[in-house]
Amino acid sequence: MTWAGSIFDTAGTPAARIARLAWFLIIVSGVTYLLVLVATGIAMRRARARRTQGELADTRPETANRLTRNVAIATIATTLILLGYVTATALTGKAIAWPLNAQRPLTIEVTGHQWWWQFRYRDSVPSNWLTTSNELHIPVGRPVRVILLSNDVIHSFWIPELHGKQDLIPGHRNTTWIQADRPGVWKAHCAEFCGHQHAKMLFDVVAESPAKFDQWYIRQLASALPPTDSATKRGHDVFVQRTCIMCHSINGTEAGSNVGPELTHIASRPSIAAGSLPNTRVNLARWILNPQLIKPGVRMPPNALSPADMNALLDYLETLK
Amino acid sequence: MSAQPQPAERAVEPDPNSPASLHARLEQVWRNGPGLWGWLTSVNHKSIALRSIITAFTFFGIAGIEAALMRVQLARPENSFIGPDLYNQLFTTHGSAMMFLFAVPMVQSVALYFVPIMIGTRNVAFPRLNAFGYWTYLIGGVLLFSGLFTNTGPDQGWFSYVPLAGPGFSPGKRVDIWAQMITFTEIAAIVAAIEVIVTVFKQRAPGMSLNRVPPFVWAMVVMSFMVLVAMPYVATASAMLAMDRLIATQFFNYTEGGDALLWQHLFWFFGHPEVYIIFIPGLGMVSAIVATFSRRPVFGYTAVVLSLVAIGFLSFGLWVHHMFATPLPQTGESFFTAASAMIAIPTGVTIFCWIATIWSGRPRFDTPMLYVIGFIALFTIGGLSGLLLASVPVDLQITDTDFLPGHIHYVLLGGMVFPLFGALHYWFPKVTGRMMSERLGKVSFWLLFVGVNVTFFPQLLLGIAGMPRRVYTYLADTGWGGLNLTSSIGAGLIALGILLLVVNIARSLAAGPAAGADPWGGETLEWAISSPAPDYNFAYIPIVHGRSALWADTGDLDAVAGLREDRREVLQTTMLDAVPDSRHEHPDPTIVPLLTALAVGVGLIWGIFDPIGFDVGAVLMFIALAAWGWPQKTKPNSHEIVEVPNDRRR
Repeated sequence: MTWAGSIFDTAGTPAARIARLAWFLIIVSGVTYLLVLVATGIAMRRARARRTQGELADTRPETANRLTRNVAIATIATTLILLGYVTATALTGKAIAWPLNAQRPLTIEVTGHQWWWQFRYRDSVPSNWLTTSNELHIPVGRPVRVILLSNDVIHSFWIPELHGKQDLIPGHRNTTWIQADRPGVWKAHCAEFCGHQHAKMLFDVVAESPAKFDQWYIRQLASALPPTDSATKRGHDVFVQRTCIMCHSINGTEAGSNVGPELTHIASRPSIAAGSLPNTRVNLARWILNPQLIKPGVRMPPNALSPADMNALLDYLETLK
Repeated sequence: MSAQPQPAERAVEPDPNSPASLHARLEQVWRNGPGLWGWLTSVNHKSIALRSIITAFTFFGIAGIEAALMRVQLARPENSFIGPDLYNQLFTTHGSAMMFLFAVPMVQSVALYFVPIMIGTRNVAFPRLNAFGYWTYLIGGVLLFSGLFTNTGPDQGWFSYVPLAGPGFSPGKRVDIWAQMITFTEIAAIVAAIEVIVTVFKQRAPGMSLNRVPPFVWAMVVMSFMVLVAMPYVATASAMLAMDRLIATQFFNYTEGGDALLWQHLFWFFGHPEVYIIFIPGLGMVSAIVATFSRRPVFGYTAVVLSLVAIGFLSFGLWVHHMFATPLPQTGESFFTAASAMIAIPTGVTIFCWIATIWSGRPRFDTPMLYVIGFIALFTIGGLSGLLLASVPVDLQITDTDFLPGHIHYVLLGGMVFPLFGALHYWFPKVTGRMMSERLGKVSFWLLFVGVNVTFFPQLLLGIAGMPRRVYTYLADTGWGGLNLTSSIGAGLIALGILLLVVNIARSLAAGPAAGADPWGGETLEWAISSPAPDYNFAYIPIVHGRSALWADTGDLDAVAGLREDRREVLQTTMLDAVPDSRHEHPDPTIVPLLTALAVGVGLIWGIFDPIGFDVGAVLMFIALAAWGWPQKTKPNSHEIVEVPNDRRR
């Protein structure tokens, strides 16, 4: 079963090992369940036969002895199955731990916010640190150390195709790791209830070849280009003179707030509203006008822009590739 | 088998030594006062337990309607039936009400109704405290739903994780209402636990030594001890949360040296045993039904009782498996995986013993027994899916997904609601004197059984498919629409099943056939008295000669004489062997428990809005408790100590 997005649709070692364990447990549980049902069924049939023959309850000592033996056998079998279960769990637990011989690991700091994600790629050269929002790119075949932080409430980082969850807890510094063994594009959900818009706190995951990843990385490091024509210039002015600048940043402009997601390369992202809305011009316009209609309770206020201002702003945002 | 004639004879019999005259005198002494005042002042365990059962069933209905609304919202992707604000209030109050206002009070009320009758006594140990417990529970429940109906329903989840539930991220009064509701219900739960424990240990009928106590009663004792250990943790935690919110303590604020994880440990140290607190009584009800309908005592009495005790102990070693993603060192996680596996052993033993009981019995498959079979079929799925959750690596994938609601509903519906409905059909005749309709009972059983599977099996699959839980909607391209729609249709079947059950109750109340004292040929003492049970339960306190009180011999029960009939008196026996020890006078009806509960209510609810409320409540409490402890005139003691024919006890 490789249901897209399911825990069996694996693309990385930890997830694959967990999927194997899960299959094992499901099969063992299924067989155990059938045995219980069959035993119950037989007990009911026997009893029905006895009833139609008008017999009394069977309280003979030899029956009691036989039943005692059977209950004991069932109990011992249960115990043995559980021993196997604990062993398999411990072995898998060991197999999915961070590989101590990891080659050239990449380190990414993840910060959960109500209700969006911030990723900071670390590098030995400080000027090569990269910050993005709601979009996580990773190179195939390279282990990624993930540091989990939160400044508001508890969130949980979960890419089902790669590994299980790990919580982002304010005041704690948790770590996990992921490694993609094949390219892919996935959606990841916040997995711990974090308030109003927990349902729409997603991010896009892109696993790609190391070459493509490097290209993406270099492009993301670049600042936004200054606007060239009058429309985008007006859009830029709308951005920095209206409320946008209060929360968002665009590298290369005076917008530098980090209350909301940074937007330096917003036009290159597949989605907006923390992975919950495809990034199209129409959606962007709807979002900017009144995000409360799309994601009620989100921290972003409605913006009553004139049609001309809105069009200019959209023109400008579309240049932020 | 009944030791006494029907009370209907009482009016015509002038002889003071006749049984009918005895019944009349006991009725005079033990009945509730007339009218509304009598209702408010009652200290009779059956009156209080029955109103508590009805209250809990009402909350079950409201919380069930909330669940139905959520299923409508989730039936298709990006539905706009309910927005996130209302949805979050609905799922929070659904979970909180089902756990705190339905499940625990319900099993405790069933215990408070039947334990005294099953062990052959006339009332619970502390009748006024019992009444006080009910009133605090009622205030707590009304508080929660008043919040919901005024758009102040808690919306942080029934588990109230900080910092989301803290003052910074949940301003307003929503979480305060939740925290105080917890305080009310935990007071009530602890009170009920004390009642059950003391009643069972000190008021058993002569001869009912501990190794003759029915498994149902054992289950209730185990549950009560668990309540005594677990509930103080959540009461403490909710008080700390309320203080963080109301008077700026910083228990959970990491920037001031507190810790968000502290809450999770306190909460789950209560929260995990809570599940076992809820279904161990279910196991007790199953034991009672299996024995009666298999026409033989439960196979492996000792194994079943010891398993119940073992489950009770082990359940306190599992709480961390709710926190595997927080995370923990691997060795620590392995410990909790092993502990979780271990609890499956005694649980398995109880199920094997019931199958063996049916195997060697002569069972009748009336509605109560059907619910037992349904219990085995559903609860086993719940337990086995729990093994996936207790395995750390698999848990990391499926925790906080829809797998979890699927699992917990199999456990709680299978392990508690099915036994409860079985118990409802089983004991309805004892409570009301009328039989329920078998035909309607069977139809509603099948609707519920199919409905539960159609609703919750898709949720197990949705969790595996990656759907997170506690979401008010999901995107269309996830492919989760079909399973969600199936689950919602199943919820409709459940609603229909419950509706039929209510119709059955109403019809049977009005026009069910008369039941008589013992319609099922039961094993335990409650079937020795008339239906509905008289206010004093037993005119003659029975003497028990074996584990199966009513199946031990064919004649009338032996009885104890010597309890006074002109005041409320119960017989106290020794803890292990149930040898008569002393007589104890019980209080008459009084309004004081209600007043005390109101004083607590004023303090806790006013305290949400202004700390001065706590002070006012404390003063009122003091006055109420002074009234409670005011010396009463006792009626002079004219009788000699009880005599029991010792040679009759084996």
